[in-house]
Amino acid sequence: MEFLAEYFPNLTLGFATAITPINLLYCFLGVFVGTLIGVLPGIGPLAAIAMLLPLTFNLPPVGALIMLAGIYYGAQYGGSTTAILVKLPGESASVVTCIDGYEMAKQGRAGPALAIAALGSFFAGTVGTILIATAGPPLAEMALKFGAPEYFSLMVMGLIASAVLAHGSLLKALAMILLGLLFGIVGTDVNSGMSRFAFGVSGLTDGISFVVIAMGLFGFAEIVNNLEAGGTKRDLLFQKIKHLWPTWDDFKRSWRPVLRGTAIGAFFGTLPGAGPTISAFSSYALEKKVAKDPSRFGTGAIEGVAGPESANNAAAQCAFIPTLTLGIPGSGTMALMLGALTIQGIAPGPQVMTQNPELFWGLIASMWIGNGMLVLLNLPLIGLWVKLLTVPYRMLFPAIMVFMAIGVFSVNNQALDINMTLMFGFLGYIFVKLKCEPAPLILAFVLGPLMEENLRRALLISRGDPTVFMTRPISAGFLIATALFLVIMLAPAIRKKRDQITDEPLGA
Amino acid sequence: MRFKIKSQEDFWAGLMFIGFGLVAVVIARDYPLGSAMRMGPGYFPTYLGVLMMIMGAIITVRSTILPGERIRAFGWRGLGFLSLAFFTYGLLIDTLDVGFVLSIAAVVILSTLASREFKLLQSLALAAALVLGTVAVFIWGLDMPYPLFWWR
Repeated sequence: MEFLAEYFPNLTLGFATAITPINLLYCFLGVFVGTLIGVLPGIGPLAAIAMLLPLTFNLPPVGALIMLAGIYYGAQYGGSTTAILVKLPGESASVVTCIDGYEMAKQGRAGPALAIAALGSFFAGTVGTILIATAGPPLAEMALKFGAPEYFSLMVMGLIASAVLAHGSLLKALAMILLGLLFGIVGTDVNSGMSRFAFGVSGLTDGISFVVIAMGLFGFAEIVNNLEAGGTKRDLLFQKIKHLWPTWDDFKRSWRPVLRGTAIGAFFGTLPGAGPTISAFSSYALEKKVAKDPSRFGTGAIEGVAGPESANNAAAQCAFIPTLTLGIPGSGTMALMLGALTIQGIAPGPQVMTQNPELFWGLIASMWIGNGMLVLLNLPLIGLWVKLLTVPYRMLFPAIMVFMAIGVFSVNNQALDINMTLMFGFLGYIFVKLKCEPAPLILAFVLGPLMEENLRRALLISRGDPTVFMTRPISAGFLIATALFLVIMLAPAIRKKRDQITDEPLGA
Repeated sequence: MRFKIKSQEDFWAGLMFIGFGLVAVVIARDYPLGSAMRMGPGYFPTYLGVLMMIMGAIITVRSTILPGERIRAFGWRGLGFLSLAFFTYGLLIDTLDVGFVLSIAAVVILSTLASREFKLLQSLALAAALVLGTVAVFIWGLDMPYPLFWWR
């Protein structure tokens, strides 16, 4: 009973905050712009948020976060729309949606595919919202008891998980994490006040800006790579969508995949280091496995749209759980959200919930509202998104370059940031050539200073004894889980399976 | 030759990590190392660098054993012009301070040169459209504090 009393006032406060006209407007703007960018090829949610982050500097904290969250799942969602209509995933989490979604579109069933994706995502988003509201407070309470060793081990777990789940070679992913940590500690050391790896450049004493590294690795490098591929050709077989509503049979086939996808997404989303992409891939693999007739997959099975789409949305939503309750971002995108929080003068961590309740609960309520808006916005506006797709890439990328340039420069108003972005763009392009996945690097980059600080504190308390990480039960639990991850993933049979899951749909 | 590179990608990736690790360790030698109990500013980066060199070495050695792919050629045109576009933006808007309009136009025109399908008229039209759009959104709409032209 006490629990319910606690539960409802919080959500009521949240909705009261989210439903004010101005916050609704921010939510709408975020969702709209997010979808717009998600539809464009080559910019994922991460680059989208990095690009638009400066726009929110002048907003109040709640409004800024609401808008950024809207951009986040809007971009996610826009990616699925293009995946279905033109077999062009706007971002990696919707790669699997291409397989069956596009087949459905070819058979003239784009409408039902889009509708199921929207409804499945909305359901997953609703569950995600409830999960955050339920799991948030107890987790935050637990996190308040975390000491430095626990935080350090948790971050180790998140980083290793991101390497294990990354696409391609595990060794290279681990090396990328180390590199990311190193980039992260560039700047002034908080303990000694010493400036590290700044090469005498005064602009570097504050460290490398997240926006710079994200735009370089995910924006700039991506455009160079796309240009080289020679303007992606798109099969626009698009006809007018006649019937949008799925048939009764579609619903019957879809509800179980939606439930399973939501569960998978909620699990991977909450786990730091994992996220929407791996959730979508796992859901597709699972649906194919449990299907009575697996051969239907790849020829327009609605289950292959319903499952992964619910999974990636649930994961996108649940990624907020570790981010908001522990102050530990689970992905690069979440790191950006935390960055936005810091810019607004709010220190991320478990205390956000108690010190800024209207921010925390307002954000959660607005996520649900935003998910609803996506359904209402996307189905009627499909025509607009499709029109956007007919714009050739050679007209699009200069526009993206302009937005990136404005975005990067506006953070500190110094040319140095622009030049650093192009250096990281160059590096990112080399990473592409050497098949080094940049996602683990960006997570490590954010965690770098946090990790050093907690390592330092943990060893100070233990008087330099490294066994402290194993003698504290919660910390030991995280490390054992990490070891299990590694062992499981290195087992040849499972390793093969992982490669299948992450490679197969791309080749299909 | 006994050591044949079977995976070019891994070979160079390994060398890259060894290089980064080496740079980190060498630079971090200027920072006090401290001890595990009282870590100096050099402690964490030194260990990261050493670990990275070890990883790099394993990746490089592995590239002579496990087969892999060749590295595809670099797209220098795209890389060159996009870099130039960014660099010019920084130069124009910050160092030379010639105002927003000219800076944006430069980014657009230099960017379009990166594509093999470059057409001058199209490029100029796009520049005009984007300048107008960004001025409307960022300067008039969002009140960003940049002058439009060098005469303010």
